[in-house]
Amino acid sequence: MEARFLLGFLLLLSLSSFAFAIYEDQVGLADWHKRYIGKVKHAVFHTQKTGRRRVVVSTEENAIASLDLRTGDILWRHVLGKNDAVDQIGLSLGKYVLTLSSQGSVLRAWNLPDGQMVWETDLQISNPSNSFLHVLGNVKSGRDSLSLVCNGGSIRAVSSIDGLVVWKKDLSVDGLKLKHVFQPPESDTIYAIGFIDSSLIALYHINAKTGELLKHATQASSVDLSSEISAISSDSLVALDTSRSNLLLIKFMAGTITNHKLPLSDIVQDFSGLAELIPTKSNDIFVVKTPSNVAFIKVKGDNEIELIGKADEAGIVSDSLILSEEEQAFAVVHHSNNAISFQVRINGREALTEGIKIEDHRGHVKRVFLNNYVRTDKSHGFRALIVMEDESLLLMQQGEVVWSREDGLASISDAVVAELPVEKEGGVSVVEVEHTLLEWLKGHMLKLKGTLMLSTPDDMAAIQAMHLKSTERNKMTRDHNGFRKLIIVLTQSGKVYALHTGDGRIVWAHLLTPLLQSESCPSPSVLTLRNWRVPHRKALQENPSILLVGRCGAGPESHGFLFIVDSYSGKVLETQILDHSIAEVVPLPLADSSEQKLHLVIDDKLNAHLYPRGSDALEVFVREMANMYYYKVENAKEVIKGYAFKKGCSTGSSAYCFGTRELWSVVFPSDSERIVATARRKINEVVHTQAKIMTNQDVMYKYISKNILFVATVSPKAAGGIGSAAPDEAWLVAYLIDTVTGRILHRVTHQGAQGPVHAVVSENWVVYHYFNLRAHRYEMTVIEIYDQSRADNKDVMKLVLGKHNLTAPITSYSRPEIATKSQSYFFTHSVKAIAVTTTARGITSKQILIGTIGDQVLALDKWYLDPRQTANPSQEEKEEGIIPLTDTLPIIPQSYVTHTRQVGDLRGIMSFPANLESTTHVFSYGIDLFYTRIAPSRTYDSLTDEFSYVLLLITVVVLIVAILVTWAMSQKKDLQEKWR
Amino acid sequence: MNPSLSFLSLLSLLLLFSSALSFQSDELPFNDDDEFEGLRSSPGSASVAPPVRRRPDLDISSASDSKSLQFSLEHSLGDSEFSVAGTFTARLKSWTHGAQTLTKLRFTRNAISDTEKGLFERLLEDDDFYTIRIPSNVLNPSGKDYVVSSVRARCLPRESLDEHFVIHTDGVNVLSVNYGSAGGCQYPRPLKSPSKWSFSSYTVLKNSEQAPRTPTFVEQIIASENALEEGLQPPEKSFWAKYWMYILPIGFVLVNAMAQAANAAAEDQNQGGQPSQRAPAVRRR
Repeated sequence: MEARFLLGFLLLLSLSSFAFAIYEDQVGLADWHKRYIGKVKHAVFHTQKTGRRRVVVSTEENAIASLDLRTGDILWRHVLGKNDAVDQIGLSLGKYVLTLSSQGSVLRAWNLPDGQMVWETDLQISNPSNSFLHVLGNVKSGRDSLSLVCNGGSIRAVSSIDGLVVWKKDLSVDGLKLKHVFQPPESDTIYAIGFIDSSLIALYHINAKTGELLKHATQASSVDLSSEISAISSDSLVALDTSRSNLLLIKFMAGTITNHKLPLSDIVQDFSGLAELIPTKSNDIFVVKTPSNVAFIKVKGDNEIELIGKADEAGIVSDSLILSEEEQAFAVVHHSNNAISFQVRINGREALTEGIKIEDHRGHVKRVFLNNYVRTDKSHGFRALIVMEDESLLLMQQGEVVWSREDGLASISDAVVAELPVEKEGGVSVVEVEHTLLEWLKGHMLKLKGTLMLSTPDDMAAIQAMHLKSTERNKMTRDHNGFRKLIIVLTQSGKVYALHTGDGRIVWAHLLTPLLQSESCPSPSVLTLRNWRVPHRKALQENPSILLVGRCGAGPESHGFLFIVDSYSGKVLETQILDHSIAEVVPLPLADSSEQKLHLVIDDKLNAHLYPRGSDALEVFVREMANMYYYKVENAKEVIKGYAFKKGCSTGSSAYCFGTRELWSVVFPSDSERIVATARRKINEVVHTQAKIMTNQDVMYKYISKNILFVATVSPKAAGGIGSAAPDEAWLVAYLIDTVTGRILHRVTHQGAQGPVHAVVSENWVVYHYFNLRAHRYEMTVIEIYDQSRADNKDVMKLVLGKHNLTAPITSYSRPEIATKSQSYFFTHSVKAIAVTTTARGITSKQILIGTIGDQVLALDKWYLDPRQTANPSQEEKEEGIIPLTDTLPIIPQSYVTHTRQVGDLRGIMSFPANLESTTHVFSYGIDLFYTRIAPSRTYDSLTDEFSYVLLLITVVVLIVAILVTWAMSQKKDLQEKWR
Repeated sequence: MNPSLSFLSLLSLLLLFSSALSFQSDELPFNDDDEFEGLRSSPGSASVAPPVRRRPDLDISSASDSKSLQFSLEHSLGDSEFSVAGTFTARLKSWTHGAQTLTKLRFTRNAISDTEKGLFERLLEDDDFYTIRIPSNVLNPSGKDYVVSSVRARCLPRESLDEHFVIHTDGVNVLSVNYGSAGGCQYPRPLKSPSKWSFSSYTVLKNSEQAPRTPTFVEQIIASENALEEGLQPPEKSFWAKYWMYILPIGFVLVNAMAQAANAAAEDQNQGGQPSQRAPAVRRR
């Protein structure tokens, strides 16, 4: 009976980890969540007298957001899917935001105040191309206003109220591309102007209410037309020719078209290069941007034009902003060093010039959006939204940066972890101590009140706030538990940020590519970052540093460059433009005498270049070269090749350059297999034990190799999306390949399965996720690999007498005797990213971190995916905690590490160990960032924050007192005994 | 320590280990259901293949046609060019459903020439790679793609040069060839020459395994629920299995107590009878 009770208790204990979740008041203690929007590409201001001043933006990351114009905070945000790029945004009826996305095929209306979607219309466009949205203000059919979407030669008029397509007109002319639609005031006719095959100009008159074609006319153009146009008045527009050096003035009065060619060199002196037209609204003024300057040109009378203003340097020009009937303003922004000059020109003449200092890590200005407001003295004031090279967003007003947003963080491409500096001894002032003492006392009083349930709601709030801003977690020094670290991230724009794990603040940020920009390196772009020097025994005093590797041009053959950056300050320690290209950077598990990690840079001719350059690095590498191998997955050719290194390279005679020779290749038959996913173990993963005890007291040895590569291939027909192939035509083959010898360790085919495949490899197992077409469900499969050659080492006597082969060096050239166990499960979600927790010593059980379709991170215990499971586990198996085999993996709501947060457009999950074995850091990134610490087996090696030290102290004191008292009593008794 | 006590503790230790020492099958669970044609081929001698075990699922659709085809093995010693080193002979089976598979693989090695022997000795000295390749499409061997595999030359020599091919195929395509020594290859690799300069080859043809279908448990869950309702009890354990954790400490305590009692008796005897030569085990004040 007792045994059963004990068993039940144990089971309960093991089950308690199921229910591990955080309490509501613990949110934000160890985690932080930052929301971003990405690089802004369109902006529409909404600054009516009533209501909040806001700006609606759409971004390169396919987000639509409404920002508070005063603070830059996000009022609402929506992230559209990856294939749903926003083409254009507009406002309609003063209360809806219209977005045209998916190459002009989907039109949506969002409620401006709260971002609710009001309607969505699929425009069913057969051949999506460059389309544009035009909101007609004054088609008054009731209270409605129409939005016109033009795509090639067709126009659709959509009601702004309910999104119904009111009428549809297909002009059905081959090669017609509508360029501009407008409606003269108080008229029922819409004019649509388009180009047919860049040589004909066509004009259509359309009834705005019915879509009936009233009239049309075409005219041959005297030049080849490019796609850039600028509408300058109700009856004329300016187009640029394909050579980008001539202007064409097109007028269309009363159904006839006239065009007039104007060479740009006649208007702008010393014109050369390619011109660019800035879209304008009207007022007979247009803006031409040339490489050397910006010209404001006015059209006067018949085909006469006049240069009315010129901005000398080539700057960034905003779209036009209409102030009144006659006035139209542009913003011209120039960038120099760490200041930008912001100039507003009304009708070409200068109205306002401001110089604003900005941090030099933001790079150049990329885009400007201008907005005006009425000042207290009733004159025009201007504010501008500026997008910088690092994708950050600034609001500028009255010569100041009102707010800035680091939206570059929405496009993280790579991340590494770095340690913080060691805390310096001493140097704490008395005042600080007194202050903290008082705070400490206060805090404890509050806590005491809290525990005694005497606290008011205000006190509770104070306790919560204290928890949140506890200075301990935001210190800039290393802590004992390894909770405080720097996450160094690289964004698409090439900017590097260091984020503190305590609260996610930016410790430093640098945009390094402008430093390199020169003739030898025309367009630098950073590819990846790696840890270069990690604090270690010998290098504790040295600052850690990171390596940034990039390319000088777009092509794979362009020269590479590398930066070495100090992790504490972001200071560039070393810059080098390489004389070879970069295909891949391979970090080696070796370091030179100054603890700089060795890296091999593989170029496009398959030569390996060793960095750092130094004789001791070379010595270390050459000593180990015979045991170094490299593999390359050639996705395009469906081939995986393995290489060894040899001395002497094909391109130069540098001692640091090594050649490669092909050792092995795996050729997937291109008619039946396509590589869709590869995965391998983390290079720095620690495995605690190689043995696994089975339920029958048997020992299995894990096949632990750092060289296992998981490759998944699918049939070519199934390489598309789900639904592109029938179950009979789809199969998925999973391979485990040894990357030293090219040996296929295991190969298994899943019939009727297809991608997308996401896989994670850790220790001796691989877990992958795919779609099962037969079952119409997602599936996850686990494969565990066991080493049979060590299976004889089960005998205790052998182990005692040392007759085992456990310490013998392992070589991949031995034929491995492996056994695999595998099991498949259904899984409810589709997966965006997959990772596994890593801890400092690998003792803690693992959790699989799954980025779900809902942009959340789910922590799934590895033991749900255990090939040993059977439908009816025996008593022993139950004791060991093996759960009965189920066909579906359970999703427990409490196991979402992101709790209620969402990481918009989740792309990656990263897990890195803390010093405390039980705890691991989880950092997930997409458009948003989310960081938290999790303990997959609970924090068994540390006391929680709630632990009552006071109680412990009291207990100890009471015990000591009791000991003293009893000692005294026994003394007394002894004395009495002796007297007797 | 008292001898009886130490003996008893040894006994209990043995008892504890008995579970670990009970019979454990050390048989290798060899579940290779692929067609295995382990054959020894020495140059010049014709090889005899053992009977082929066919997979039952392949037997269902009977082979309508089978023809023999050949493809060559090429090798490269060090950095030299690839040259023909042997020939694989296989039967190409065409199934009624259109697929073609390779079966009955045989391999004959060419004899090692003197130059090759010299080169191989060089390889052994340098601990360099011995590389082989076979065409990835055996129907059309002139194609450019080869599957390549290498091994450190020092892994091969034993009596003769022992080599082991595992050819992974998918229909008529060769995905990869795993080439290596027949057994293990120790590290660090010592330099040794084979006593007989000939290859003895083993070849294995491997196809992909089919993943088992994901089990669905609806019926079983219902069944197990029914079983629960019936109140099916797990089989009773033996008395010892159930209560060993109680019996063992009690036994210890008993043994201890007995030993102590014996000691006390002995001491009493000593005190009563002849004077003791030994120091008493416990001195009491």
